[in-house]
Amino acid sequence: MGTALSHATVPPAAPVVASGTTERDVVERVSAVVLARRAPLWWYAAAAMAAPLVGLLGVATLWLFVAGIGIWGVMRPVMWGFAIANFVWWIGIGHAGTLISAILLLLHQSWRESINRLAETMTLFAVMCAGIFPILHLGRPWFFYWLVPYPAQMAIWPQFRSPLVWDFFAVSTYFTVSLLFWYVGMIPDLAILRDRAGTRGARIAYGILALGWRGSGEHWRRHHRMYVLLAGLATPLVVSVHSVVSLDFAYAMVPGWHSTILPPYFVAGAIYSGFAVVLTLAVPLRRLYGLTDIITSRHLENCAKLLLATGEIVAYCYVMEHFMAWYSANPFDAALVENRAFGPYAPLFWIYLVCNVLVVQALWVPRVRRSPVWLFIIGALINIGMWIERVDIVIVSLHRDFVPSAWGNFVPTIWDWATLAGTIGFFALAYLLFIRYLPLVAMSDMAKLIADLRGKPAAARHG
Amino acid sequence: MSPLNLRSGHSDSGREYWRILEDPGAAQPPSSAPAGSPDALTRRGFLGIMGASLAFAGGGGCSRPPSEPIVPYVRAPESVVPGKPLYFATAIALDGFSTGVLVESHEGRPTKIEGNPSHPAGRGSTDLFSQASILTLYDPDRARETTERGEVRQYEDFIRALRAAVDAERASGGAGVRILSDTVTSPTLAAQRRAILRSLPAARWHQWEPLMPTANATAGARLAFGRDAHTVHRLDRADVILALDAELLAGTPRSLADVRAFAERRRVAAQTEPRMNRLYAVEPALSLTGAKADHRWPLRARDVLPFAATLARRLGVETAALPAQVPGGIAASALDALARDLAAHRGASLVIAGDGQPPAVHALAHAMNAVLSNVGRTVVYTEPVALPPDPGDTLEALAEDMRAGRVRVLIVVAWNPVYAAAADLTFGQTLERIPFSAYLGLFHDETAEKCRWHVPAAHTLETWSDARAWDGTTSIVQPLIAPLYNGRSAHEIVALLDQGAAAPTSGYDIVRGYWTSTRRERDFERFWRRALHDGIVPDSAARPIDVALRPGWARAAASDAPTPPRGLEINFKPSAVVHDGRYANNGWLQELPQPLTSITWDNAAQLSPRTAGELGIRSEDVVALDYGGRRVLAPAWITPGHADGSVTVALGYGRTRAGRVGNGVGFDAYPLRTSRAPWFDDGLTVEKVGTTHPLAVAARHHDMQGRDLVVAGTLEAYHRDPNFVRARTSHTPRDRAGQPLSLYPDHPDAEYRWGMSIDLGACTACQACVVACYAENNIPVVGKAQVQAGRIMHWLRVDTYYAGSPDRPEVFHQPVPCMHCEKAPCEVVCPVNATVHSREGLNEMVYNRCVGTRYCSNNCPYKVRVFNFLQYADWETESLKLQRNPDVTVRSRGVMEKCTYCVQRINAARIEAEKQGRRIRDGEVVPACAAACPAQAIVFGDLNDPASAVHRLKQSPLDYALLGELGTRPRTTYLAALRNPNPDEAKA
Repeated sequence: MGTALSHATVPPAAPVVASGTTERDVVERVSAVVLARRAPLWWYAAAAMAAPLVGLLGVATLWLFVAGIGIWGVMRPVMWGFAIANFVWWIGIGHAGTLISAILLLLHQSWRESINRLAETMTLFAVMCAGIFPILHLGRPWFFYWLVPYPAQMAIWPQFRSPLVWDFFAVSTYFTVSLLFWYVGMIPDLAILRDRAGTRGARIAYGILALGWRGSGEHWRRHHRMYVLLAGLATPLVVSVHSVVSLDFAYAMVPGWHSTILPPYFVAGAIYSGFAVVLTLAVPLRRLYGLTDIITSRHLENCAKLLLATGEIVAYCYVMEHFMAWYSANPFDAALVENRAFGPYAPLFWIYLVCNVLVVQALWVPRVRRSPVWLFIIGALINIGMWIERVDIVIVSLHRDFVPSAWGNFVPTIWDWATLAGTIGFFALAYLLFIRYLPLVAMSDMAKLIADLRGKPAAARHG
Repeated sequence: MSPLNLRSGHSDSGREYWRILEDPGAAQPPSSAPAGSPDALTRRGFLGIMGASLAFAGGGGCSRPPSEPIVPYVRAPESVVPGKPLYFATAIALDGFSTGVLVESHEGRPTKIEGNPSHPAGRGSTDLFSQASILTLYDPDRARETTERGEVRQYEDFIRALRAAVDAERASGGAGVRILSDTVTSPTLAAQRRAILRSLPAARWHQWEPLMPTANATAGARLAFGRDAHTVHRLDRADVILALDAELLAGTPRSLADVRAFAERRRVAAQTEPRMNRLYAVEPALSLTGAKADHRWPLRARDVLPFAATLARRLGVETAALPAQVPGGIAASALDALARDLAAHRGASLVIAGDGQPPAVHALAHAMNAVLSNVGRTVVYTEPVALPPDPGDTLEALAEDMRAGRVRVLIVVAWNPVYAAAADLTFGQTLERIPFSAYLGLFHDETAEKCRWHVPAAHTLETWSDARAWDGTTSIVQPLIAPLYNGRSAHEIVALLDQGAAAPTSGYDIVRGYWTSTRRERDFERFWRRALHDGIVPDSAARPIDVALRPGWARAAASDAPTPPRGLEINFKPSAVVHDGRYANNGWLQELPQPLTSITWDNAAQLSPRTAGELGIRSEDVVALDYGGRRVLAPAWITPGHADGSVTVALGYGRTRAGRVGNGVGFDAYPLRTSRAPWFDDGLTVEKVGTTHPLAVAARHHDMQGRDLVVAGTLEAYHRDPNFVRARTSHTPRDRAGQPLSLYPDHPDAEYRWGMSIDLGACTACQACVVACYAENNIPVVGKAQVQAGRIMHWLRVDTYYAGSPDRPEVFHQPVPCMHCEKAPCEVVCPVNATVHSREGLNEMVYNRCVGTRYCSNNCPYKVRVFNFLQYADWETESLKLQRNPDVTVRSRGVMEKCTYCVQRINAARIEAEKQGRRIRDGEVVPACAAACPAQAIVFGDLNDPASAVHRLKQSPLDYALLGELGTRPRTTYLAALRNPNPDEAKA
C-alpha cells in the first residue's frame, strides 16, 4: 500500500522524513518537548480549558450516582441515549491507533513510525472515555461487575447470549492489548528520557517505567518479537471490537438495528472516525511543537487517503442499509428509513450525510489532501458527522419502532451534554498530560527508520 | 392497630381485635396530637412498636381494625393467618350510588379493592374510582384535626359549639338551620333526615352534588309521567341501543352494570351462533360510548333535542311543539335507517338520554321507549332510589336563603360546594357570612377554608354506613380500619343535631340501630351478619312501578327547546379520571392516561379539527374561553370526532386546596358553569392567548400506520368468513405447528401454561384495569414532568387508535400488558439474567438482579417494560406504606419492571392447590386487571387445561397475536374487534 501510495498516484508530495533530519535531531526535538522545564503557554491555555470539563464530568457523574439515570433524557421508548452513542463514537475513535500501529506494522508500512504513538495514545484515552459510558448508563452502576463471569456464591453467571457480555469482553480485551502495545513500544523511548532527564526525580520515574532497558542486542531482539506478537494479537481486535459493539444493535430486533451489514459498517465507520481524529490531533501538534520534519505532509496525505477509502465504504453501507430496507419489503424497516429522512430527527440524518459522505469527497483533490488546514477542517467535520450518525442510529431507530402508541421523542438534558463535554475534556487533558510527560513520537523507531533510509537511494527515501 | 395510636398506647391493641367496644371515640386519645400521625413516626420507633404489636396481637398487624365486629367475606376471623389476606364486603359510592366491593385486608390493613361478585352493580368488577379510593384512604394530605377558623380544636369543642348554635334555633323550630348533603341513598341517613326535620320542622335539608346524575332524569320522568320514577336500563336485553349524548360505559354509577351487560352482548368468540347488539350514539365530544358505537354522529349537545324529536316523530311519537329538523351532518337516510332498526327491534331496543341533556330529551327517550314497547323489558321504572330532590331543597334555594341572611347554622356534609357549586351562586362568599358553618370533609379543602368549623371526615373504608346501588340494592358499608385521623361520618355529625341525649352517637350504633328498627326478622343478628358478609341486603332492589305517558307532555317539554344558536357551544363533562374533582388528590387517577386522549395531569378544552382550524388553534395552545362574562384560560386539545362548533371542558381540575398532588393541576372549568346551564350552553367565544401549555400526553400517536395492530372486522364479514382474521397474509416462515420459526429451542412442558386472552370487541377502554394494576403491584406515580419525559410507569396501558376521517373516526382500543412471549426478545439480551422465563411460561423480572442496562426494553417490540429512572417509589411517607401489597416488591431506582401476570396471585393459588393436593382450577387465578374489568374482556388461565376459558377463547377464529409475525409467540393474545354496523345503513 505504501508503494502504491507513494508512486502510483500523483508524484510524491513529501518524504516520510524531511531530508537532512538525523537520528539525533529526532531524539533531541522529541525529548525536548518532554524534558523542557516549562510547558509552552498554549499548553497551559489548553489545559485550563480541559480541566474544568473534567470537573464537569465529575459533577455530572456524582449527580448521576446520587439522583439516578433519570437526570438524562433517556425515556421509553428511547432507553438508550447519548451514553451509548458516545460509547460507540469513542470506541470508533479508538480504532485508528491500533490500525496504524498493528496492521501497518505487520504490513511493513514504515511511514507509520512518526504518528503511531500519537494514534495509539489517542486509542487508549478514547477507549477509556468509551469505557466510562456503559457503566454510567446502568440503572444501578454499582453492580456493573455482575457482567463479569466470576464465581459468585449464588452460582449466577452472566447471560452469555447477551451481546452486552460480549461487549464487555471485547472492550476490556481491546483496552488491555492496546495498553500493552503502547507501553511495550514506548520502553526504549522511556530509556532515552531516563538517560537525558535533567532532574533526579525524572530520572527515577522514567527509570522505573523503562524497566531496566539498556538497549542491548538481546533487548532489541526480544522487544521486536514481543512487539510483533502484540501487533498480531491486536490486529483481529481492530475488526472484532467494533463488530461486537455493532452486535449490540444488530442482535436486537429493532428496525434500523437488526441488520447483518452492521459489523463491517461499524468497523469502517470506526476506522473512518479514528483517522479523522488522528488528523485533527496531528495537524495542530506538529505545528505547535515544530515537528513538521518528522510528521510530514506525507503522513497527513496517507491518512487522508485512508480516510477517503473508509469514507467510501461508509457511504456504501449507508446506501446498502437503505436499499435493503426497500428490498426486504419489511414495512417496519421502510417506515424507519422514511422516518430517519423526514421524521422529527431528519436534520441529524442530513447533517451526517453531508459530513460523512459529501465533505470527504474533497479528498479526491490532491491539493486538499496536502493542506493541513483543510485536513483539520474535514477531520473535525467528520468527527461531528460520525457522532451525529451514532446518535441517529441509537435514537432514531428506537423512538418509533413497532407500536405507534409507544412512540416518543428523546430530548437530551443538560446532563447528557455535560457528560459528553466532560469526556471530551478528559480526553483532552489526558492527551495534554501525555504530550507533556511522554514522548509523542516513537523516537527509537524513527531513528531506526532514518538509519534504514540512509542506506537507500534518495528516491526510496520517500517510501 | 392504627399507627395513630402507636405511641399513645399500643398495649391495648391487638387483643381487642375482635372484641366489641361500646364507643371507639372514648378509647382514643385527644385528636390534637400531631406527633402521633404516621408521618411523624421514626423508622426505629415504628419497627419497635411493630414488633411489640405483633407480639401482643399474635399477628394482629400494624393497624387497628374497627372495634365493632365486622364480618369477613370468606373466612372466620379465628383463622387469621399472618400473610393471608381477608376479604370484607362493603360498598363505595359514586354520585351517591354504591358499588359493592370486597376489600383485601392484610392483618387489618386494607390494601386492595375488588368487586363483590354478589353485588348487581359490578358483579365482581369495579370502576377506576373504587380501585383508586384505597389510595385516598392513605392520602397523607387528609385532614387530621378538627379546626375552627384554622385553629386546632378538640372534637368535643365542636360538639359543644354545634349544640349551642342549634339550641339557639330551637325556639324557631330550627328556621336558621340548614344541612347540605350529597345525594342521599343511605336509608339510615334518610331516616336521620326525617328525625331531624321532625324535631326542627323549620330547618331544611338540601341535597346537592356537582354532577347530580338523577336531576335531569327525574325532571324528565316528571315531565313524561307526571311522577317520580327512577330509570333502570337493561342493556342485557337490548339488541339495538341509541345513546343520546349518554355516557353509558364509564364514569357514572350505572356504568359497571351497563358495561357488563353491553359487553356480554358483544362477546362473539364464545358464541356458537354469533350475534351482537348494535349501538348508535350521537354526542358532542367523543365518549367511550361513542368510541364503542357501531354508528356515531358528532352532534352539538343543543342539537340532540331536535334529533331526538325528529326520530321520535318517525317512530310515531306525538311530539307536538318540539322542534324537529334533522341537524346538519346526519343524512336523512341514516336517520330513516336508525328508525327502521329501532322499530324492527320492538321490545329489544333502548333509547337512553344523557344526564346532561334537558328533561325534554329524557321525556322523548321515555316516549320512544314506550312506543317501542321497551318498557318493562329493556327499560324498567322503579320507585326513586335516592331521596327525590325537592325544588325547595336545591343548592340554588340554599344559596338564595344564605344571601338573604336566613341561614344561621349551616352544616355541610356534601363534598366541597365552594369549589364545585355553580358560579352564579357565589357560594363561597356567602358562606363566609354564616355565623355558624361546619364542614365534614376528608381534606382541608376550599370549603373547609371558608367554613368556621372543619371536622375531618372518615373515609368510606373507615365508616359504618349504608348505601343503595343504581337499581336500589342496598349494602351495609362496614369499615375495614379504624379512622386513621379520627374522622367522622355524616351519620355521626348529623346525629349531633338530635336532641335526645340517649340517641346513639357512634356510626355503628346509628346504622345498626336503623336496621334493627326496620327489620322484622326474629333473628336480627343472623340478618346483620349475612348482610355484612354478602355485602348486600337481600331483596332490597327498588320495586318496579307502572308508568304511563301523561297527555300533553310534549307541549310541556317544548319549553326546553333551544333558542337560535349564538357563538360556540360550551359543554361540561366530568373528568374521566378525577370525576367532579373529588379525586383530584389521587395520584393514580391524575396520572392515569385519560381515555381517548391519553392526557395525564391536565384537562383541556377539546374541539374538533375543523373548528380548531377555523379558529387557528393548535393543540396545546392556551385559549381564553369567554362565556357569560367570565373568562377561563385553558390549553386546547384537538379531538377527532368532536362536533364542530362546540368546545368540551372537563370539570374537576384547577383545585387550589386539594392537597399536594391535586393543587394547580389543570384549569378550573366550574367558574363557567352556572345553575341555569350546568351542562351546555352557547354564547362561548374562544380566542388564542398566544402562549402554549405543554401537556403530559402518555401516547401521542393514534394512527396505526397501516400496521396490523388492532385486527377489526364486522359481524357480517365474520359470518361470511369466520376465518378472516387468520386469513391475513403473513410472510413469516412457520414450522409444521404453524408457529413462527425460531433458532431457540422450545421451553420444556410444565404442568401449567399460563396465558391471557383480551377481547378487543368487549374492551371499552375504561382504564379500571390500569388502576387495579397500580393498586395490586405497588406501581409508583411519577408526576407530570416525568410523564412528559416519557417515563410513566404503568405496566398495562390501553392504546387507542383512530381510523377513517378525523370528523367521524372509527375508534379501537387495545389494552397492552406484557405479552409473556414464549420466544421473549427481552430475555436473550439481558446480560445478567435478570429477566428469565419460568417453566410455566411467565416472563419473569428479577428486580434484585437487574443492573438496569435497559436493553430488554429496547428489544421489546410491544414496549411494555418500564424503568425506574429515578427513585419513584415513595419510601418516606408512612401512610402510603400501609397501602402497599405485601406480596409485591417495592422497586428501587435503576431497575426495570413490568407486568408479571400477577405472579403473586398465581403462587397464592398454587399454595392452596398444593395443600389440597390438586391442580389449580380454572378461574382460581385472576390477575388484578381481569378482576377489575367490567367488560370481562380479559381472561387468564392455564392453556394446558383444555376446559379452561382462556384455552377455549384461544381456539376462536378471532384469536390473533399482536405483531405475531415477529416470531415472539406471545402468551397474551387478542380477540379481533368486531363491530355490528347496520347493513341497511351501509347501503344507504
